[in-house]
Amino acid sequence: MTTCHGAPIKLDIGKGEKKLVLAGNPNVGKSVFFNHLTGMYVDVSNYPGTTLDISHGRYKDWVVMDTPGIYGLSSFNDEERIARDVILQADKVLNIVNALHLERDLFLTRQIIDTGVPVVVAVNMVDEAKRRGIQINFDRLQEELGVPVIPSVAVKGKGLKEVEAALPQACIGRVNTELAAEIDKLSQAIANRGEALLALEGDEGIRAAYGISQKDKREEIYLNRRECVNEIFQAVVTETTQGANFSTKLGYWMVRPITGIPILAAVLYFMYQLIGVWVAGDVVGFTEETIFQGYYEPFVRGILTGFIAPDSIVGQILYGEFGLVTMTVTYVLGLLLPLVVAFYFFLSTLEDSGYLPRVAALTDRVLNYVGLNGRAIIPLILGFGCVTLATITTRLLASEREKRIAIFLLGLTIPCSAQLGVITGILASIEPGFVLMYVLIILSILIAVGMIMDRVIPGRSSDLLIELPPIRLPRLTNVLKKTGIKSFAFVKEAFPLFALGSLLISVLQVSGALDVLQEALAPLTVGWLGLPKESANVFIMGLVRRDFGAAGLADMTLAPYQAVVALATITLFVPCVASVLVIFKERSKKEALVMWFSTWVIAFLVGGVVAQLYARLEQVYLTVAAFTGLMALLVGASMLFSRRKADVTAQSAPCCHSEQ
Amino acid sequence: MTLANSVKGQTVCIAAIKHPMVRAQAIRFGISEGETVMIQEIIPAGPVIVRKKHQELAIGRKMAEDIQITLVS
Repeated sequence: MTTCHGAPIKLDIGKGEKKLVLAGNPNVGKSVFFNHLTGMYVDVSNYPGTTLDISHGRYKDWVVMDTPGIYGLSSFNDEERIARDVILQADKVLNIVNALHLERDLFLTRQIIDTGVPVVVAVNMVDEAKRRGIQINFDRLQEELGVPVIPSVAVKGKGLKEVEAALPQACIGRVNTELAAEIDKLSQAIANRGEALLALEGDEGIRAAYGISQKDKREEIYLNRRECVNEIFQAVVTETTQGANFSTKLGYWMVRPITGIPILAAVLYFMYQLIGVWVAGDVVGFTEETIFQGYYEPFVRGILTGFIAPDSIVGQILYGEFGLVTMTVTYVLGLLLPLVVAFYFFLSTLEDSGYLPRVAALTDRVLNYVGLNGRAIIPLILGFGCVTLATITTRLLASEREKRIAIFLLGLTIPCSAQLGVITGILASIEPGFVLMYVLIILSILIAVGMIMDRVIPGRSSDLLIELPPIRLPRLTNVLKKTGIKSFAFVKEAFPLFALGSLLISVLQVSGALDVLQEALAPLTVGWLGLPKESANVFIMGLVRRDFGAAGLADMTLAPYQAVVALATITLFVPCVASVLVIFKERSKKEALVMWFSTWVIAFLVGGVVAQLYARLEQVYLTVAAFTGLMALLVGASMLFSRRKADVTAQSAPCCHSEQ
Repeated sequence: MTLANSVKGQTVCIAAIKHPMVRAQAIRFGISEGETVMIQEIIPAGPVIVRKKHQELAIGRKMAEDIQITLVS
């Protein structure tokens, strides 16, 4: 994370070396250039804002750095701050612009040129522009900007060599002379011209770092630059008539509620059928039971019994009930891996198609109720894949307030794909009424907690302002590559944590501590939640990974209502170790601790309340009605007792609203 | 008249944007004061989707309420 007030940070990458930085608006194909230059693969996607970490590689004697897609240099959000810091330290910038959106993209181009760094401009996707009747005069554009301009179709490999050849010719473009004079005046105080420019443009972080107090000229400079860009655009682009093609129409249907909601429902249903039914049932049945439990485990046991006695301590830890080389391997590779692969495949397809920003527009209204805007749908959906990853993605949210709400909701209510697989497996075997009960419990918690947080946390969330990229047919190679990389990352991350979890449980079991813990937790598990005392194992395991806990439930014999109580509790229970670590990284220690303990309290409170309600009402629908009623009361009470919000905008303070 | 009470299919001119931060972002996107955009879609009680050339932007309802427009056609 960057510093609190967005002061510029110096990166360690490529210290003392020449830095070539790739910059551009979202969805312009930066990553393809990056791959070409460095031979390294980075995440390529069609969602604005997925390159959150700075990828870097080598090209000849240069350090090449990729940046998140941005619309301008400033510090309106974390992505911009990161991009700003990287671009300001560049020795050379390769600016990639989208031929379809020159009018928008050239704003950033002009801004980068104004920082006084040598630039090469690649105009990408010229084929798509040509198809839509956009003609660009590249020679004139080069003349107007004063830097080399190269047309390209990066995904097809066209123009990459030419861009490479133009890199040595990178030069300082036609800077705005009035601005340059202003920057010269500041050069006493700020040595870096780029930082001086942004100080003039009112970048809070830089102004604070250098103690600049004179009035900023953002509005004036921006309008001036916009005018200049519009003039260039008029001079270099001629458009012929364009008809709405199928992908444009499909794009409209996706956001128009009357067609958009059925499309969203269909997509989610298809996802459920693919991942929840087919992969979680058939595929996992084959991988887990046939391959791993049928062949792998007996094989490993057969080998190990020759060396280590099965009832010895080491034997139990290695291949006993929670064996390190038996159960851990089966769970990770046999059960979780197929689910995770399927999920990432699906999500990568959606990301690549340009559908996700449209879902954001469609769901904006609903998310407003829980103090978020449509953008937050991305981390929330991602959470169903991996909460850890989703927590990192909350950086694309504009305000601290939204990040706080989104991270807590993710950690509390969203089950990740691994856990979801196990949960749907258990739910599939019980009556539909109980399934509904589980879904409603989790949903009502999400809504209630979100609404209460929106009420209680000071400030107002920012409004949606998102670009809808063109709908494209996802490219299979890209989707497969991305699925492969993310799944591999999952296994790499999950394996040690799983191993740690089973080791912990095995040690507790062998030492007899498990029985003691089970007894100690009995008032909570047996008395309050109405579960068998073995369920304590599930929660202990759940501390490490929630799905690990949920998987433990699958092996216990539970009455339907017990299954629902246990599942609801384990879903709300603390997120996995990896997520918790990320939460501590993204938020302050104090806040992360509060979140972590809150999930404990809420999980057991909810589980217990449901169990107690069911014990008295003995009827599914009555219990659900009573529970949701209780939630509604809670929300209503919080509305009454917290003051009405004054109509202030959160936009004016993008960072550090309240306590850090 | 604000962007929030425009009607789908209208072509409108952005007259004034209230908040400085929104104004700055709008300039970058090329929909600053004086620019003409088409109302592509209005999601009931939700965002307004405007189109300028090949670019589509979804603007949250609250933000749309703060954007003054004049009708072009």
